[in-house]
Amino acid sequence: MAAHATTHPTNPDESEVYFQYEDIDQQQETYIVGMWTFIVQEIMFFGPLFLIYTLFRWKFQGGFYTYSQKLDYVLGGVNTMVLLFSSFTMALAVHYAQKKQTKEQLRCLGITLACGFGFLIIKAFEYADKFTHSLFPNNSFIWPPHGYEYLGGNPEHARLFFSLYFATTGLHGLHVVVGMICIASLMILTVRKAPTITDYVPTEIVGLYWHFVDLVWIFLYPLYYLIPK
Amino acid sequence: MSATTVIEQSPPTERPEKNYLNADHTLRSWIWTVDHKRIAVLYLISVTFMFFLGSIAAAVVRFELTSPWGQMLTSETYNKMFTAHGVIMVFFFIIPAIPAVLGNFLLPIMLGARDLAFPRINLLSWYLYVAGAALVLASLALGGIDAGWTFYTPLSSLYSNTQITLALVGIFLAGFSSILTGVNFIATTHKMRAPGLTWFKMPLFVWAHYATAIIMILGTPVVAMTLVLVIFERAFKFGIFSPELGGDPVLFQHLFWFYSHPAVYIMILPGMGVISELISCFSRRRVFGYEFVAFSSIAIAVIGFVVWGHHMFLSSQSVLQGILFSLLTFLVAIPSAIKIFNWTMTMYKGSVWFSTPMIYALGFMGLFVIGGLTGLHLGSLATDVHLTGTYFIVAHFHFVMVGGAIMAFLGGLHFWWPKMFGKMYSEFWGRLSAMVIFLGFNFTFFPQFMVGYLGMPRRYHFYYFAPEWQIYHILSSAGATILGIGFLMPAFYLTASLIKGPKASSNPWGAKGLEWEQTTSPPPTENFHHKPIVMDDPYDYDAIADNDDFRAHWGKEPVKYGGDN
Repeated sequence: MAAHATTHPTNPDESEVYFQYEDIDQQQETYIVGMWTFIVQEIMFFGPLFLIYTLFRWKFQGGFYTYSQKLDYVLGGVNTMVLLFSSFTMALAVHYAQKKQTKEQLRCLGITLACGFGFLIIKAFEYADKFTHSLFPNNSFIWPPHGYEYLGGNPEHARLFFSLYFATTGLHGLHVVVGMICIASLMILTVRKAPTITDYVPTEIVGLYWHFVDLVWIFLYPLYYLIPK
Repeated sequence: MSATTVIEQSPPTERPEKNYLNADHTLRSWIWTVDHKRIAVLYLISVTFMFFLGSIAAAVVRFELTSPWGQMLTSETYNKMFTAHGVIMVFFFIIPAIPAVLGNFLLPIMLGARDLAFPRINLLSWYLYVAGAALVLASLALGGIDAGWTFYTPLSSLYSNTQITLALVGIFLAGFSSILTGVNFIATTHKMRAPGLTWFKMPLFVWAHYATAIIMILGTPVVAMTLVLVIFERAFKFGIFSPELGGDPVLFQHLFWFYSHPAVYIMILPGMGVISELISCFSRRRVFGYEFVAFSSIAIAVIGFVVWGHHMFLSSQSVLQGILFSLLTFLVAIPSAIKIFNWTMTMYKGSVWFSTPMIYALGFMGLFVIGGLTGLHLGSLATDVHLTGTYFIVAHFHFVMVGGAIMAFLGGLHFWWPKMFGKMYSEFWGRLSAMVIFLGFNFTFFPQFMVGYLGMPRRYHFYYFAPEWQIYHILSSAGATILGIGFLMPAFYLTASLIKGPKASSNPWGAKGLEWEQTTSPPPTENFHHKPIVMDDPYDYDAIADNDDFRAHWGKEPVKYGGDN
């Protein structure tokens, strides 16, 4: 934590130290340890999805290419850009929080939040397209989709692929929503100048979470959208 | 040593102090509390309630099995009964019992902190637990669940039309609660230790809980995702675990046991932490090989993650996998045995006090050895083919879970009861309950080893094809009655102690540790009147001086084994 010592608030009394901590340093370090521990747990949470993906792609290599043809890699690519940009603004927000430039910090958080919204809207268009083609794995699931009989592939394996796709992107989307709620709360508390939010660490831990959510997408996009033939 | 002990002990007991229990009396102050001690008490009440419900289901199961013809229940109802027993006991009693009650209460005090790192998250974890328990109980009330606590697909995902979705959501919430507890314990252990409290001065109870927290963080999310996918499969027809839909049911078993085998160590490791404290205190000796006991906890947590395949020797996994998992399973016996040997060595030449917690601890050691060694029978490929899916395995995991974890929980509860509530319970009833439970337990589960070896399958509610097994089942059910009485006894005398028990001094056992030497019974809301600084090594017992404490407390000479110190 030595790196953080240089950006320590010049007046420690500004920050409220909760009763269980000795001082602000202990509080900040504990927050960061707690957030990293939570991220470890998140990695393990997404772990089974990537494991299942690996197993079945290894088994049905050709099929997975066929099914991924029905995913829109352009919209997915735009979403990747949106999330990468939001990570950049999030990192900037942490930077400004450390420098106590609250106005810039809020602006960056606002852009991050907007990117989150944009991501979800694009995702909603993608999902709607899958539903209209009966590619959501429920009772009305059809493979090959109407008008695409030449695609080939096995209906059961297609259901498996789209189950994984919807489970992974759906739960990732849920994490985006949670991240947006965290960013919005952080912004409200910052605007209200809440005493618990005067240093940069809350921004940093929200940032850690947001970067994690981005990182999941960075793996997810090539695995589902960019399968080579 | 004794002089300093007296100076630190006497003033707090004479002062009519304010403590965490009498700080505030409103209901609101309890249900919105962020005090880890009050949350521990809330957990104690909740897990005891769930234990009571789970025991009722067990009683029904045992009653049904007294007859070979399955006369009382239909097969469906019997399935629902053992599922209810398993789900409640595993997810809502034994996983949270020691970490969430004793761990919550003691971890910050043993570390010299005023609270856990994240008190509000701690409260949230209790609410998640309660919400999860409520959903599972609702699923039972709305018709029950019949897939067994393991929820194997495709029965749980496609064929069962009972309330499985609701129950799975409940278990998911309980899992989230356990993850948050794990995050809290890890952050607290890393960052909240008192000045001077280095890693190798921490009590072994803390080491065990740290190892438990690692498993909670790394294992629980995996089963959470697995259960989510089963819920999706039921709700929509996602096809990941059902062959009819393109998936693989054995994959479910792999993912389930990837958590649920380490979960066995979530259940037993905190118990081992408790036993280390009890054995050391009541033998008046430093724990033999402290570092080995500490690292064996970590070793169990790590190796525990690579042995899950031994639950699946008879699934479609390859023979090579079976051999590797069998070998790895043997490895996990080593750190467990290190603990048992070191506890035994701790008692050797110690002055052993046969107080209630110590009798529980000795019961733990005996039963855990049997439970652990029969685990090796199940971990070797050839014998497992004969024994798997029989009552042998039921007996094995009850020896570890009930004989191990519950004995440790009760031992720990009796040990720290004076600290938690400031009252002494009846030593006579305490010792009696420990012995009744030990006796009843062996009566219940030892016959199950025998009938299981003969071939009685688990989860059957009749055995008319072999009526000669009835004697074993009747012995087992009779033992369960004794066991039930044994479990009811603490409920009465511990509750009675709250009302009219004599007031406990701050250190009634003459034990070492911050919670005994540096704070009152019960502790104040902020845990300590002054910030503790740790100078001594843990378990710095001095047999001669402590024997004076013993004489003062018990009015007789301590029993000594193995010659002079």
